[in-house]
Amino acid sequence: MKLEMKDSPGQLVAAIKPISEVGGNIIAVIHQREPDAKEDTLNVQIVLELPEGLLERLITLLKEQGVHIQRINEERLLFRRTVILIGHLMHTDLSDTVDQIDSTGFAEVSELSMSMPAVQERSTSRITIKALSKPDMEAALAILRRVSRQKSLLLIEPLEEIA
Amino acid sequence: MMKVALIGLGSVGRGVAGMIQKKDLGITITGIADSKSGAMDPAGLDIASLLANKGRNGSCGDREISASDVIKKADYDALIEVTPTNALSGEPAIGYIKSALLRKKHVVTSNKGPVALAYKELRALAEKNGVALRYEATVAGAIPIMHTLEHGLLGNEILALYGVLNGTCNYILTRMAAEGLTYEQALMEAREMGYAEADPTYDVMGIDAAIKLVILANSVWGDSKQLSDVDRTGIDLLTPDALRLAADQGCTIRLIAEAIPRKHILRVSPRILEKNHPLVVDGTLNALTLETDMAKEITLIGRGAGSIETASAIIGDLLYINDRYVHRA
Repeated sequence: MKLEMKDSPGQLVAAIKPISEVGGNIIAVIHQREPDAKEDTLNVQIVLELPEGLLERLITLLKEQGVHIQRINEERLLFRRTVILIGHLMHTDLSDTVDQIDSTGFAEVSELSMSMPAVQERSTSRITIKALSKPDMEAALAILRRVSRQKSLLLIEPLEEIA
Repeated sequence: MMKVALIGLGSVGRGVAGMIQKKDLGITITGIADSKSGAMDPAGLDIASLLANKGRNGSCGDREISASDVIKKADYDALIEVTPTNALSGEPAIGYIKSALLRKKHVVTSNKGPVALAYKELRALAEKNGVALRYEATVAGAIPIMHTLEHGLLGNEILALYGVLNGTCNYILTRMAAEGLTYEQALMEAREMGYAEADPTYDVMGIDAAIKLVILANSVWGDSKQLSDVDRTGIDLLTPDALRLAADQGCTIRLIAEAIPRKHILRVSPRILEKNHPLVVDGTLNALTLETDMAKEITLIGRGAGSIETASAIIGDLLYINDRYVHRA
Protein backbone atom coordinates (compact mmCIF):
# COMPACT_ATOMS: atom_id res chain seq x y z
CA MET A 1 0.00 0.00 0.00
CA LYS A 2 1.10 3.54 -0.65
CA LEU A 3 0.69 5.93 2.25
CA GLU A 4 0.97 9.68 2.68
CA MET A 5 1.68 11.10 6.10
CA LYS A 6 2.89 14.23 7.87
CA ASP A 7 6.68 14.58 7.71
CA SER A 8 7.21 14.88 11.44
CA PRO A 9 8.93 12.69 14.05
CA GLY A 10 7.04 9.54 15.01
CA GLN A 11 4.76 9.49 11.99
CA LEU A 12 6.33 6.44 10.32
CA VAL A 13 6.12 4.52 13.58
CA ALA A 14 2.48 5.61 13.88
CA ALA A 15 1.80 4.10 10.47
CA ILE A 16 3.63 0.86 11.13
CA LYS A 17 2.23 0.21 14.60
CA PRO A 18 -1.31 -0.66 13.46
CA ILE A 19 0.12 -3.24 11.07
CA SER A 20 1.63 -5.26 13.87
CA GLU A 21 -1.49 -4.67 15.99
CA VAL A 22 -3.64 -6.54 13.48
CA GLY A 23 -1.05 -9.32 13.10
CA GLY A 24 0.40 -8.22 9.77
CA ASN A 25 3.91 -9.02 8.58
CA ILE A 26 5.91 -6.21 6.95
CA ILE A 27 7.92 -7.42 3.97
CA ALA A 28 9.34 -4.08 2.76
CA VAL A 29 9.16 -0.37 3.54
CA ILE A 30 10.08 1.89 0.63
CA HIS A 31 10.57 5.51 1.49
CA GLN A 32 11.58 7.87 -1.27
CA ARG A 33 11.31 11.62 -1.30
CA GLU A 34 9.61 12.57 -4.51
CA PRO A 35 10.72 15.93 -5.99
CA ASP A 36 7.17 17.23 -6.49
CA ALA A 37 5.95 16.11 -3.08
CA LYS A 38 4.62 18.72 -0.72
CA GLU A 39 7.25 19.93 1.78
CA ASP A 40 5.49 18.72 4.87
CA THR A 41 4.34 15.29 3.72
CA LEU A 42 6.06 11.97 3.43
CA ASN A 43 5.22 9.23 0.92
CA VAL A 44 5.87 5.67 2.01
CA GLN A 45 5.17 2.36 0.31
CA ILE A 46 4.71 -0.64 2.51
CA VAL A 47 4.57 -4.24 1.28
CA LEU A 48 2.96 -6.45 3.84
CA GLU A 49 1.31 -9.78 4.45
CA LEU A 50 -2.00 -9.71 6.23
CA PRO A 51 -4.25 -12.50 7.47
CA GLU A 52 -7.51 -12.83 5.53
CA GLY A 53 -10.26 -10.35 6.46
CA LEU A 54 -8.19 -7.86 8.45
CA LEU A 55 -7.61 -5.23 5.78
CA GLU A 56 -10.67 -3.12 6.73
CA ARG A 57 -9.61 -3.03 10.36
CA LEU A 58 -6.09 -1.92 9.33
CA ILE A 59 -7.48 0.86 7.13
CA THR A 60 -9.56 2.17 10.03
CA LEU A 61 -6.58 2.13 12.40
CA LEU A 62 -4.36 3.93 9.89
CA LYS A 63 -6.97 6.65 9.36
CA GLU A 64 -7.20 7.13 13.11
CA GLN A 65 -3.46 7.85 13.09
CA GLY A 66 -3.95 10.56 10.51
CA VAL A 67 -2.32 8.59 7.73
CA HIS A 68 -3.75 9.06 4.26
CA ILE A 69 -3.89 5.92 2.14
CA GLN A 70 -3.18 6.76 -1.48
CA ARG A 71 -3.37 3.29 -3.01
CA ILE A 72 -3.82 -0.36 -2.03
CA ASN A 73 -2.86 -3.23 -4.30
CA GLU A 74 -4.08 -6.52 -3.05
CA GLU A 75 -2.45 -9.75 -4.19
CA ARG A 76 -3.98 -12.78 -2.61
CA LEU A 77 -1.94 -15.96 -2.20
CA LEU A 78 1.63 -14.79 -2.38
CA PHE A 79 3.60 -18.02 -2.59
CA ARG A 80 3.70 -19.94 -5.81
CA ARG A 81 5.25 -23.28 -6.58
CA THR A 82 5.09 -25.47 -9.66
CA VAL A 83 5.23 -29.26 -9.50
CA ILE A 84 4.87 -32.05 -12.05
CA LEU A 85 2.69 -35.12 -11.54
CA ILE A 86 3.12 -38.30 -13.59
CA GLY A 87 0.87 -41.34 -13.53
CA HIS A 88 -2.67 -42.44 -14.25
CA LEU A 89 -4.01 -39.02 -13.43
CA MET A 90 -7.49 -39.36 -14.89
CA HIS A 91 -8.08 -42.88 -13.56
CA THR A 92 -7.12 -41.65 -10.12
CA ASP A 93 -9.55 -38.71 -10.29
CA LEU A 94 -7.50 -35.61 -11.05
CA SER A 95 -10.28 -33.29 -9.94
CA ASP A 96 -10.23 -34.92 -6.51
CA THR A 97 -6.44 -34.42 -6.39
CA VAL A 98 -6.88 -30.72 -7.17
CA ASP A 99 -9.79 -30.43 -4.79
CA GLN A 100 -7.72 -31.70 -1.88
CA ILE A 101 -5.56 -28.59 -2.27
CA ASP A 102 -8.37 -26.14 -3.09
CA SER A 103 -10.51 -27.23 -0.15
CA THR A 104 -7.83 -26.21 2.37
CA GLY A 105 -8.80 -22.54 2.08
CA PHE A 106 -5.14 -21.47 2.37
CA ALA A 107 -3.85 -22.82 -0.94
CA GLU A 108 -5.18 -23.37 -4.41
CA VAL A 109 -4.26 -24.86 -7.76
CA SER A 110 -3.97 -21.81 -9.99
CA GLU A 111 -2.78 -23.42 -13.20
CA LEU A 112 -2.81 -26.90 -14.67
CA SER A 113 -1.24 -28.02 -17.97
CA MET A 114 -1.69 -31.57 -19.04
CA SER A 115 -0.53 -33.98 -21.70
CA MET A 116 -2.92 -36.68 -22.83
CA PRO A 117 -1.15 -39.63 -24.42
CA ALA A 118 -2.89 -42.93 -25.33
CA VAL A 119 -5.57 -44.03 -22.88
CA GLN A 120 -3.56 -46.77 -21.17
CA GLU A 121 -0.40 -44.70 -20.85
CA ARG A 122 0.60 -42.54 -17.95
CA SER A 123 -0.17 -38.87 -18.35
CA THR A 124 1.82 -35.89 -17.14
CA SER A 125 0.61 -32.60 -15.73
CA ARG A 126 2.23 -29.44 -14.49
CA ILE A 127 0.45 -27.87 -11.55
CA THR A 128 1.02 -24.44 -10.07
CA ILE A 129 -0.05 -23.99 -6.48
CA LYS A 130 -0.54 -20.63 -4.76
CA ALA A 131 -0.60 -20.27 -1.01
CA LEU A 132 -0.88 -17.47 1.52
CA SER A 133 2.40 -18.12 3.28
CA LYS A 134 5.39 -20.40 3.29
CA PRO A 135 4.03 -22.70 6.03
CA ASP A 136 0.75 -22.88 4.10
CA MET A 137 2.65 -23.89 0.97
CA GLU A 138 4.48 -26.58 2.95
CA ALA A 139 1.16 -27.85 4.25
CA ALA A 140 -0.31 -27.91 0.74
CA LEU A 141 2.69 -29.82 -0.59
CA ALA A 142 2.44 -32.28 2.28
CA ILE A 143 -1.15 -32.98 1.21
CA LEU A 144 -0.05 -33.44 -2.39
CA ARG A 145 2.73 -35.83 -1.33
CA ARG A 146 0.26 -37.91 0.64
CA VAL A 147 -2.28 -38.00 -2.20
CA SER A 148 0.46 -38.89 -4.70
CA ARG A 149 1.56 -41.80 -2.55
CA GLN A 150 -2.00 -43.05 -2.13
CA LYS A 151 -2.68 -42.82 -5.88
CA SER A 152 0.78 -44.12 -6.93
CA LEU A 153 1.63 -40.91 -8.76
CA LEU A 154 5.17 -39.63 -9.21
CA LEU A 155 5.42 -36.12 -7.77
CA ILE A 156 8.35 -34.00 -8.94
CA GLU A 157 8.99 -30.98 -6.76
CA PRO A 158 11.22 -27.99 -7.42
CA LEU A 159 14.60 -27.74 -5.72
CA GLU A 160 13.98 -24.77 -3.45
CA GLU A 161 16.55 -22.72 -1.62
CA ILE A 162 17.90 -24.93 1.14
CA ALA A 163 19.28 -22.71 3.90
CA MET B 1 59.85 -43.28 -3.36
CA MET B 2 56.42 -44.17 -2.08
CA LYS B 3 55.67 -47.86 -2.54
CA VAL B 4 52.14 -48.92 -3.44
CA ALA B 5 50.26 -52.17 -4.05
CA LEU B 6 47.50 -52.00 -6.64
CA ILE B 7 44.57 -54.40 -6.32
CA GLY B 8 42.16 -54.46 -9.26
CA LEU B 9 43.03 -53.94 -12.90
CA GLY B 10 39.74 -52.82 -14.41
CA SER B 11 39.44 -49.48 -16.12
CA VAL B 12 40.27 -47.52 -12.93
CA GLY B 13 43.23 -49.75 -11.98
CA ARG B 14 44.71 -49.49 -15.46
CA GLY B 15 44.24 -45.73 -15.40
CA VAL B 16 46.10 -45.45 -12.09
CA ALA B 17 48.91 -47.76 -13.25
CA GLY B 18 49.21 -45.85 -16.51
CA MET B 19 49.48 -42.45 -14.83
CA ILE B 20 52.01 -43.67 -12.21
CA GLN B 21 54.07 -45.02 -15.08
CA LYS B 22 53.75 -41.93 -17.26
CA LYS B 23 54.09 -39.14 -14.72
CA ASP B 24 57.02 -38.57 -12.42
CA LEU B 25 55.05 -38.75 -9.17
CA GLY B 26 57.55 -40.42 -6.86
CA ILE B 27 55.37 -43.51 -6.64
CA THR B 28 56.49 -47.01 -7.46
CA ILE B 29 54.26 -50.10 -7.72
CA THR B 30 55.69 -53.01 -5.73
CA GLY B 31 52.64 -55.27 -5.74
CA ILE B 32 49.82 -55.80 -8.19
CA ALA B 33 46.84 -58.15 -8.47
CA ASP B 34 43.78 -58.71 -10.63
CA SER B 35 41.04 -61.27 -9.97
CA LYS B 36 43.16 -64.17 -11.19
CA SER B 37 46.81 -63.43 -10.50
CA GLY B 38 49.38 -61.29 -8.77
CA ALA B 39 52.99 -60.10 -8.78
CA MET B 40 55.36 -58.60 -6.20
CA ASP B 41 58.80 -57.00 -6.31
CA PRO B 42 60.08 -54.70 -3.54
CA ALA B 43 62.32 -52.98 -6.10
CA GLY B 44 59.33 -52.04 -8.26
CA LEU B 45 57.43 -53.98 -10.91
CA ASP B 46 57.63 -53.59 -14.69
CA ILE B 47 54.10 -52.30 -15.14
CA ALA B 48 54.18 -52.09 -18.92
CA SER B 49 54.94 -55.79 -19.33
CA LEU B 50 52.41 -56.82 -16.65
CA LEU B 51 49.69 -54.82 -18.42
CA ALA B 52 50.75 -56.39 -21.71
CA ASN B 53 50.34 -59.85 -20.09
CA LYS B 54 46.88 -58.83 -18.97
CA GLY B 55 45.97 -57.79 -22.49
CA ARG B 56 47.36 -61.03 -23.92
CA ASN B 57 46.03 -63.72 -21.63
CA GLY B 58 43.65 -61.99 -19.22
CA SER B 59 45.87 -62.11 -16.13
CA CYS B 60 48.70 -59.77 -15.25
CA GLY B 61 50.99 -61.93 -13.14
CA ASP B 62 51.52 -65.32 -11.53
CA ARG B 63 48.32 -67.34 -11.10
CA GLU B 64 49.78 -68.86 -7.94
CA ILE B 65 49.74 -65.40 -6.27
CA SER B 66 46.37 -64.05 -5.12
CA ALA B 67 45.28 -60.52 -4.24
CA SER B 68 45.32 -61.52 -0.56
CA ASP B 69 48.91 -62.74 -0.89
CA VAL B 70 49.97 -59.40 -2.35
CA ILE B 71 48.16 -57.47 0.39
CA LYS B 72 49.63 -59.60 3.17
CA LYS B 73 53.16 -60.11 1.88
CA ALA B 74 54.20 -57.36 -0.51
CA ASP B 75 56.43 -54.49 0.63
CA TYR B 76 54.36 -51.30 0.30
CA ASP B 77 53.36 -48.09 2.10
CA ALA B 78 49.83 -47.76 0.73
CA LEU B 79 47.26 -50.12 -0.74
CA ILE B 80 45.25 -48.94 -3.76
CA GLU B 81 42.01 -50.91 -3.63
CA VAL B 82 40.07 -50.51 -6.90
CA THR B 83 38.20 -53.80 -7.28
CA PRO B 84 34.57 -53.73 -8.53
CA THR B 85 31.96 -52.41 -6.05
CA ASN B 86 29.71 -54.88 -4.31
CA ALA B 87 27.04 -52.67 -2.78
CA LEU B 88 25.43 -55.48 -0.77
CA SER B 89 28.32 -57.20 1.00
CA GLY B 90 31.23 -54.87 0.25
CA GLU B 91 33.40 -57.98 -0.19
CA PRO B 92 36.05 -58.95 -0.97
CA ALA B 93 37.14 -55.30 -0.70
CA ILE B 94 36.32 -54.91 3.03
CA GLY B 95 38.55 -57.91 3.78
CA TYR B 96 41.36 -56.52 1.63
CA ILE B 97 41.19 -53.12 3.29
CA LYS B 98 41.14 -54.60 6.80
CA SER B 99 44.16 -56.79 6.24
CA ALA B 100 46.15 -53.84 4.87
CA LEU B 101 45.13 -51.61 7.81
CA LEU B 102 46.09 -54.37 10.26
CA ARG B 103 49.56 -54.36 8.68
CA LYS B 104 49.65 -50.59 9.35
CA LYS B 105 49.44 -49.79 5.67
CA HIS B 106 47.59 -46.75 4.36
CA VAL B 107 44.60 -47.47 2.11
CA VAL B 108 43.22 -45.52 -0.85
CA THR B 109 40.05 -46.86 -2.46
CA SER B 110 37.57 -45.99 -5.20
CA ASN B 111 35.28 -48.74 -3.96
CA LYS B 112 31.94 -47.46 -2.65
CA GLY B 113 30.84 -50.74 -1.05
CA PRO B 114 33.27 -50.81 1.88
CA VAL B 115 32.99 -47.09 2.61
CA ALA B 116 29.20 -47.09 2.55
CA LEU B 117 28.81 -50.32 4.52
CA ALA B 118 31.67 -50.42 7.00
CA TYR B 119 32.86 -46.82 7.35
CA LYS B 120 32.92 -46.62 11.15
CA GLU B 121 34.70 -49.93 11.59
CA LEU B 122 37.31 -49.22 8.90
CA ARG B 123 37.86 -45.67 10.14
CA ALA B 124 38.42 -46.93 13.68
CA LEU B 125 40.78 -49.63 12.47
CA ALA B 126 42.83 -47.09 10.50
CA GLU B 127 43.02 -44.76 13.51
CA LYS B 128 44.02 -47.57 15.83
CA ASN B 129 46.87 -48.50 13.50
CA GLY B 130 47.94 -44.93 12.91
CA VAL B 131 47.36 -45.00 9.16
CA ALA B 132 45.10 -43.19 6.68
CA LEU B 133 42.02 -44.47 4.89
CA ARG B 134 41.16 -42.20 1.96
CA TYR B 135 38.35 -42.56 -0.59
CA GLU B 136 38.13 -39.36 -2.64
CA ALA B 137 37.38 -41.40 -5.79
CA THR B 138 34.20 -42.95 -4.35
CA VAL B 139 32.14 -39.75 -4.72
CA ALA B 140 31.86 -37.57 -7.83
CA GLY B 141 34.92 -38.98 -9.65
CA ALA B 142 37.53 -36.34 -10.29
CA ILE B 143 35.85 -33.61 -8.19
CA PRO B 144 38.00 -33.12 -5.04
CA ILE B 145 34.98 -33.07 -2.77
CA MET B 146 36.58 -34.83 0.20
CA HIS B 147 39.68 -32.62 0.12
CA THR B 148 37.46 -29.55 -0.12
CA LEU B 149 35.39 -30.63 2.87
CA GLU B 150 38.34 -31.78 4.93
CA HIS B 151 40.86 -29.05 4.24
CA GLY B 152 39.51 -26.20 2.12
CA LEU B 153 36.53 -25.66 4.39
CA LEU B 154 38.22 -26.31 7.73
CA GLY B 155 36.42 -24.48 10.51
CA ASN B 156 33.18 -24.28 8.58
CA GLU B 157 30.04 -25.96 9.73
CA ILE B 158 28.63 -27.92 6.78
CA LEU B 159 24.87 -27.24 6.77
CA ALA B 160 23.81 -29.07 3.63
CA LEU B 161 25.10 -30.98 0.62
CA TYR B 162 23.14 -31.45 -2.59
CA GLY B 163 23.78 -32.13 -6.22
CA VAL B 164 24.08 -34.40 -9.22
CA LEU B 165 26.05 -37.51 -8.27
CA ASN B 166 25.18 -39.93 -11.07
CA GLY B 167 26.43 -39.25 -14.59
CA THR B 168 24.29 -41.93 -16.22
CA CYS B 169 21.04 -40.38 -15.01
CA ASN B 170 22.26 -36.92 -15.89
CA TYR B 171 23.08 -38.06 -19.42
CA ILE B 172 19.63 -39.64 -19.85
CA LEU B 173 17.83 -36.54 -18.55
CA THR B 174 19.97 -34.24 -20.70
CA ARG B 175 19.07 -36.25 -23.80
CA MET B 176 15.36 -36.49 -22.93
CA ALA B 177 15.24 -32.72 -22.56
CA ALA B 178 17.33 -31.88 -25.62
CA GLU B 179 15.76 -34.28 -28.12
CA GLY B 180 12.39 -35.15 -26.65
CA LEU B 181 13.49 -38.80 -26.32
CA THR B 182 11.56 -41.26 -24.18
CA TYR B 183 13.31 -42.66 -21.12
CA GLU B 184 13.80 -45.99 -22.93
CA GLN B 185 15.34 -44.33 -26.00
CA ALA B 186 17.71 -42.21 -23.93
CA LEU B 187 18.74 -45.24 -21.86
CA MET B 188 19.51 -47.20 -25.01
CA GLU B 189 21.63 -44.33 -26.25
CA ALA B 190 23.47 -44.16 -22.92
CA ARG B 191 24.25 -47.88 -23.25
CA GLU B 192 25.60 -47.42 -26.75
CA MET B 193 27.84 -44.63 -25.50
CA GLY B 194 29.12 -46.88 -22.72
CA TYR B 195 27.58 -44.66 -20.01
CA ALA B 196 25.06 -47.26 -18.77
CA GLU B 197 25.49 -50.87 -17.68
CA ALA B 198 23.58 -53.76 -19.26
CA ASP B 199 21.57 -53.76 -16.03
CA PRO B 200 20.96 -50.05 -15.39
CA THR B 201 18.98 -50.54 -12.15
CA TYR B 202 21.81 -49.42 -9.90
CA ASP B 203 22.06 -46.06 -11.69
CA VAL B 204 18.52 -45.20 -12.81
CA MET B 205 16.85 -46.15 -9.53
CA GLY B 206 19.09 -43.71 -7.72
CA ILE B 207 20.96 -46.41 -5.75
CA ASP B 208 24.41 -45.27 -6.89
CA ALA B 209 23.63 -41.64 -6.00
CA ALA B 210 22.17 -42.74 -2.66
CA ILE B 211 25.32 -44.72 -1.76
CA LYS B 212 27.47 -41.68 -2.53
CA LEU B 213 25.16 -39.56 -0.39
CA VAL B 214 25.57 -42.01 2.49
CA ILE B 215 29.37 -41.81 2.13
CA LEU B 216 29.24 -38.01 2.19
CA ALA B 217 26.84 -37.81 5.13
CA ASN B 218 28.85 -40.29 7.20
CA SER B 219 32.11 -38.48 6.42
CA VAL B 220 30.85 -34.98 7.12
CA TRP B 221 28.58 -35.51 10.08
CA GLY B 222 30.00 -38.77 11.48
CA ASP B 223 26.63 -40.45 11.13
CA SER B 224 26.06 -44.14 10.66
CA LYS B 225 23.61 -43.82 7.80
CA GLN B 226 22.87 -46.70 5.49
CA LEU B 227 21.45 -47.02 2.00
CA SER B 228 18.07 -47.90 3.51
CA ASP B 229 17.98 -44.53 5.32
CA VAL B 230 17.85 -42.68 2.00
CA ASP B 231 14.42 -41.63 0.73
CA ARG B 232 14.92 -42.63 -2.90
CA THR B 233 13.07 -42.12 -6.19
CA GLY B 234 14.62 -42.99 -9.57
CA ILE B 235 14.20 -41.51 -13.03
CA ASP B 236 12.74 -44.60 -14.75
CA LEU B 237 9.15 -43.32 -14.65
CA LEU B 238 9.84 -39.88 -16.13
CA THR B 239 8.01 -38.99 -19.33
CA PRO B 240 9.20 -36.75 -22.21
CA ASP B 241 6.13 -34.62 -21.42
CA ALA B 242 7.46 -33.93 -17.92
CA LEU B 243 10.65 -32.49 -19.37
CA ARG B 244 8.68 -30.52 -21.96
CA LEU B 245 6.28 -29.07 -19.36
CA ALA B 246 9.28 -28.07 -17.25
CA ALA B 247 11.03 -26.54 -20.29
CA ASP B 248 7.93 -24.44 -21.07
CA GLN B 249 8.68 -22.57 -17.86
CA GLY B 250 12.43 -22.25 -18.38
CA CYS B 251 13.13 -25.27 -16.19
CA THR B 252 14.38 -28.82 -16.51
CA ILE B 253 14.58 -31.97 -14.38
CA ARG B 254 17.67 -33.47 -12.72
CA LEU B 255 18.21 -36.31 -10.26
CA ILE B 256 19.28 -34.52 -7.09
CA ALA B 257 20.85 -36.14 -4.04
CA GLU B 258 20.51 -34.02 -0.90
CA ALA B 259 21.54 -34.25 2.73
CA ILE B 260 20.20 -31.61 5.12
CA PRO B 261 20.61 -32.87 8.70
CA ARG B 262 18.78 -29.91 10.22
CA LYS B 263 15.63 -30.91 8.32
CA HIS B 264 16.32 -34.65 8.64
CA ILE B 265 16.49 -34.92 4.86
CA LEU B 266 18.51 -37.66 3.18
CA ARG B 267 16.96 -38.00 -0.25
CA VAL B 268 17.56 -38.80 -3.90
CA SER B 269 14.76 -37.66 -6.22
CA PRO B 270 14.08 -36.10 -9.62
CA ARG B 271 13.57 -32.35 -9.13
CA ILE B 272 12.57 -29.31 -11.14
CA LEU B 273 15.37 -26.74 -11.50
CA GLU B 274 15.66 -23.55 -13.49
CA LYS B 275 17.81 -24.14 -16.57
CA ASN B 276 20.37 -21.60 -15.41
CA HIS B 277 20.71 -23.20 -11.96
CA PRO B 278 24.36 -24.05 -11.23
CA LEU B 279 23.47 -27.71 -10.68
CA VAL B 280 22.00 -28.06 -14.18
CA VAL B 281 25.04 -29.59 -15.88
CA ASP B 282 24.93 -31.48 -19.16
CA GLY B 283 25.84 -35.00 -20.15
CA THR B 284 27.70 -37.18 -17.68
CA LEU B 285 29.03 -34.31 -15.57
CA ASN B 286 28.56 -34.24 -11.81
CA ALA B 287 27.87 -31.13 -9.72
CA LEU B 288 27.69 -30.65 -5.98
CA THR B 289 26.78 -27.66 -3.83
CA LEU B 290 28.01 -27.38 -0.24
CA GLU B 291 26.30 -24.99 2.12
CA THR B 292 28.32 -23.82 5.08
CA ASP B 293 27.99 -21.22 7.81
CA MET B 294 30.98 -19.09 6.77
CA ALA B 295 31.68 -19.80 3.09
CA LYS B 296 27.92 -20.02 2.28
CA GLU B 297 27.40 -21.87 -1.04
CA ILE B 298 30.20 -23.51 -2.97
CA THR B 299 29.43 -25.47 -6.12
CA LEU B 300 31.90 -27.89 -7.68
CA ILE B 301 31.39 -29.21 -11.21
CA GLY B 302 33.45 -31.90 -12.92
CA ARG B 303 33.71 -35.35 -14.40
CA GLY B 304 32.11 -38.00 -12.25
CA ALA B 305 33.63 -41.04 -13.94
CA GLY B 306 36.30 -42.23 -16.37
CA SER B 307 39.54 -44.10 -16.00
CA ILE B 308 41.99 -41.19 -15.88
CA GLU B 309 39.54 -38.87 -14.09
CA THR B 310 39.16 -41.40 -11.28
CA ALA B 311 42.93 -41.95 -11.26
CA SER B 312 43.25 -38.21 -10.57
CA ALA B 313 41.32 -38.62 -7.33
CA ILE B 314 43.27 -41.72 -6.29
CA ILE B 315 46.66 -40.17 -7.01
CA GLY B 316 45.63 -37.04 -5.11
CA ASP B 317 44.91 -39.22 -2.07
CA LEU B 318 48.21 -41.12 -2.43
CA LEU B 319 50.31 -37.97 -2.67
CA TYR B 320 48.47 -36.44 0.26
CA ILE B 321 49.32 -39.52 2.34
CA ASN B 322 52.92 -39.43 1.09
CA ASP B 323 53.26 -35.81 2.12
CA ARG B 324 51.51 -36.20 5.43
CA TYR B 325 52.77 -39.58 6.69
CA VAL B 326 55.28 -41.45 4.58
CA HIS B 327 57.69 -38.60 3.95
CA ARG B 328 57.79 -37.60 7.59
CA ALA B 329 58.21 -41.10 8.98
